[in-house]
Amino acid sequence: MATTKTVTDRPAERLEIRSSDDVVRVRQKVRVFAVESGLSLVDQTKIVTAASELARNTLDYGLGGTVDIQLTAAPRRGVRLTFVDQGPGIKDIELALRDGYSSGKGLGLGLSGARRLCNEFSIQSTPGAGTSVTIARWK
Amino acid sequence: MDRIPILKLGQALLVTIQVDMHDQLATALEEDLAARVVSSGARGVLIDISGLEIVDSFIGRMLDNIAAVSRLLDADTVVVGMRPAVAITLVELGLSLAGVRTALNVERGMALLSLSMADWGVGDDEDGD
Repeated sequence: MATTKTVTDRPAERLEIRSSDDVVRVRQKVRVFAVESGLSLVDQTKIVTAASELARNTLDYGLGGTVDIQLTAAPRRGVRLTFVDQGPGIKDIELALRDGYSSGKGLGLGLSGARRLCNEFSIQSTPGAGTSVTIARWK
Repeated sequence: MDRIPILKLGQALLVTIQVDMHDQLATALEEDLAARVVSSGARGVLIDISGLEIVDSFIGRMLDNIAAVSRLLDADTVVVGMRPAVAITLVELGLSLAGVRTALNVERGMALLSLSMADWGVGDDEDGD
């Protein structure tokens, strides 16, 4: 009857990002996960803010998509988010990650800022096929 | 569509943001405030963000825009009540809101506004001779 402690990551919860109301819902859901993962208030604020930037990118530049929200156990307890869209993609990722670079109406801080706010950041993009961004914040 | 209420408090307008705003609501607030500054002749705008759990680049830009537009319309803007975690996150995000004056709370924000109104001689007659 010994209970085994789960060491694997739990399955992710997926949210659609199709409107700016969805961006608000993403922020609220990420907050719930961040609290549950035991992140400090400052770290909760950072991951929720990063999530808001990336959700807006998914909506505005990716023309909508999804986010998978997951509690992580390894390497450390935290929250991992994966944003996926099937939009036009990013031709020059290095350029897109530069502060102040914007192809649209924003300040150009979304991607670069989100990267600074997280412990883990990776991006894959194929022009014409879409973009995937994964971030994580750990304890 | 929902709107954020704008209250008149003496010579100032007070906006208390208590909801997690979607982007259109923030944009509507910018437009509503500009119209109210003109229609009310207010000399100051006080924005209380103590209810906000995050300020991302969109809301940051909204605050910057409100301050810049109000300045053109002859009103000073003070943002009050920012939470410490929000301030830390904003700076790391790369937004220091250089164009926005801030105060710890509504009371200090009002004091700051009346100081700057006094500088411009509002309500006072300080003709030099």
